[in-house]
Amino acid sequence: MSEEKKYVLQVKDLHTTFVTDSGEVQAVNGVSFNLEPGKILGIVGESGSGKSVTAYSIMQILAENGRVTSGEVLYNGEDITKWSKKQMTGFRGKCCSIIFQDPMTSLNPVFTIGNQLEEAIRLHTGKSKKEAKERAVEMLKLVGVNEPAKRVKQYPFELSGGMRQRVMIAMALACEPDILIADEPTTALDVTIQAQILELMQELQHKLGMAIIIVTHDLGVIADMCDEIIVMYGGRVCERGTADDIFYEPAHEYTKGLLRSIPTAGNTHERLQPIGGTPINLLNMPEGCAFCTRCDNAMKICLTQVPEELQVGEHHRASCWMNVKQAMEEAAK
Amino acid sequence: MSNEYLVEVKNLKQYFPVRNSKGKLVPLKAVDDVSFAIKPGETLGLVGESGCGKTTVGRSLLRLYKPTAGEIWFDGQLVTDKNMHEHRKEMQMVFQDPYSSLDPRMTVEDIIGEPLDIHKLCKNKAERRERVLELMKTVGLNAEQATRYPHEFSGGQRQRIGIARALAVNPRFIVCDEPVSALDVSIQAQVVNMFEDLQQQLGMAYLFIAHDLLVVHHMSDRIAVMYLGKIMEVADSDSVINHPIHPYTESLLSAVPIPDPKIARTRQRIVLEGDVPSPMNMPQGCPFRTRCRYATEQCAAECPTLTDRGNGHFVACWNR
Repeated sequence: MSEEKKYVLQVKDLHTTFVTDSGEVQAVNGVSFNLEPGKILGIVGESGSGKSVTAYSIMQILAENGRVTSGEVLYNGEDITKWSKKQMTGFRGKCCSIIFQDPMTSLNPVFTIGNQLEEAIRLHTGKSKKEAKERAVEMLKLVGVNEPAKRVKQYPFELSGGMRQRVMIAMALACEPDILIADEPTTALDVTIQAQILELMQELQHKLGMAIIIVTHDLGVIADMCDEIIVMYGGRVCERGTADDIFYEPAHEYTKGLLRSIPTAGNTHERLQPIGGTPINLLNMPEGCAFCTRCDNAMKICLTQVPEELQVGEHHRASCWMNVKQAMEEAAK
Repeated sequence: MSNEYLVEVKNLKQYFPVRNSKGKLVPLKAVDDVSFAIKPGETLGLVGESGCGKTTVGRSLLRLYKPTAGEIWFDGQLVTDKNMHEHRKEMQMVFQDPYSSLDPRMTVEDIIGEPLDIHKLCKNKAERRERVLELMKTVGLNAEQATRYPHEFSGGQRQRIGIARALAVNPRFIVCDEPVSALDVSIQAQVVNMFEDLQQQLGMAYLFIAHDLLVVHHMSDRIAVMYLGKIMEVADSDSVINHPIHPYTESLLSAVPIPDPKIARTRQRIVLEGDVPSPMNMPQGCPFRTRCRYATEQCAAECPTLTDRGNGHFVACWNR
C-alpha cells in the first residue's frame, strides 16, 4: 500500500487565519497529522490552542472571516482543500461527519428529530422518504435512544442533553462516514451522561469501524480511548504520542506543566503546581515557542526560534528545545 | 447554643412554582429537606449533577432566594429577612461565570469597592481606595489595573476580581459556586491554590460547589453528594471518594474521567441507565431508585433519611 492510501486522512502543514478588527490571527499554525482507518485520535488543548479550528478547517466550515491559507488536507490521498463547494457538500456527512459541543444549538428547534435525521439521510443517499424514515428509527435505536419510533416525532426541546447528543451522533453516522470528528462531545453534559456517551462512541467505533477524532480540553476524557494523542498550544502541535507516552513520559514543558496542575487520584493532599501567566493571546504571539512566556525552563533560543519536532520515542514526538538541549548534552558525554 | 458550627442548615426546602404542561402551577422541588453544618474554617464540598439543587442551596444560604421552609443559622443566630443585610457582611459568594457576574460598565475599583459602600466600611475615598488596592494585591492583581474594565481581563483574572469583591467585607464564610469550571485547565490550579492560601491566611469557611469531583476532593474537608434536591451521602472527603457507600456516589465516581491511562483502562465503570428524572415529576420514595441497581420495593414506598454509618459517614439508602 502506498503512503497516501494507508491513511484515511492526512493533514499536512495546515495554516488557518482569521481576519479580525484588531488584526490577522493565526489560529492554526502548521499542524500535521495522519489518521489511519478505524483509529481514534485525540486532540487536547485549552481555549485558543486551535484544536477546534483544526477540525473546522478539515470540514471547511470556518466562520466567514476564517481561511485556510496553506497546507493540505488529504482524504484517501486526495487534497480536499482544492475541492469545489459542491464536492465538499458531498464530503460532509458522507465521508466525514462532525458533532459539536452543544447538542441544543446544533439541532434545529423547529423541526422534529425525525425530520432532521431524514434530511441528512436523503441528502447523501438515494433513499426514498419511507426508507429514510426507517433508517432514522434504526439509527436512533443504534445509539441507544429508547422508544425510537416515538422520538422521531419529537422536537429537540423535548429531549434531555444526553439524548440530544445521541441524536447528533445518530445523524452524524447515518450515512456511514469514514471519519467522525467529535468537537468537545461531552463538555456540556454531566459526568454520568458523559460516561454513557463516551461508552457509546467506543462501542459504535467497534461496530462500524470508522476513524474518530476527539477534540477536547479534558485530559481525563481521552486517557483510555485514544490510539494517538496530539497536544496543541497556540495553534501548534507541541507533542504527539500514545496515551502512555503523553501521561507518563511527557516530553514538552507545556504537557508536563499541565499534568502537574490537575488534581488526580494520587496527589489529592499535595499542593497543585499551576502553570504561571495568562492564556495565550493569539494577536500577540511570541516569536519563538508559543509557550515560552509561561515556561519555567525557557532558554534564549525558545524566545526567538520555533522548535522543530524531535523523535523522543517510537511513536512519540515533541517540539521543545529542552529535548534538543538534552540530546546535545548526551552526545557531548 | 454553642457555636461549634459557623453555618447550620436545618431542613431547608426551596420550591419554585412552575407551570406544568397543562398550565397548572406546581412546585418544582429544587431543594427538598436538606440539612448540614459547616465548622469555622472548614470546607464542605457539594457535588452533584446539573439540576440536583446544589447551586440553589448556595443561593438560599445567602437568602438570594427566600427559603420555602427550613432554617439557616449563622454563628448561633437565625438568619431572617431583617438581619440578612448584616449577615451578608459575613457571608459572601463567588459565582461560576466570571463574565456575567461582573458589571461591564464598572471599573475594577468600583466593583471591588461596591460591598464597602453598601456596608459603609470606609470613611472616605482615600481609605476605600487603599482597601481596594490591598484586596487586589491579595488576589494577585496589579494596582494599575484598578481603573480598567472587566472586558480587559482574562477569565482567570476576572475570577480573581470576583474573589476580591467577596473578600472586601472580611467574610467568615464564602459560598463558591463552581468557581473554576469556566476556567482553562492551566488556570484552574492558580485559582484553586489561591482559595487554599486565602483560607489559611484568613480562616474562612467555604461551601465549595462543583461538579468536578477531583477538584472538590482536593479542596474539601468533607463532601456532600446531592441528587434531585436531596443529600445522599456526606462524610469526610477521603471516605466519600475512596469508600463510597451510596450507589449514586459509587456510579458518579466511576464515571469521572481520570487523567491516568492505566487507572482508566483497568477500572470498572458503573454506567447509569437513563437520565435524571424531572424535578417536577419526582419518583415516589427515594429519588434515585429509578436508576439504582439495588432498588427494592421499600425504596419506592419510603424515602430513606441520612443515617450515621460510623465516623460521621452519613448515607441515605435502605440497601447499603
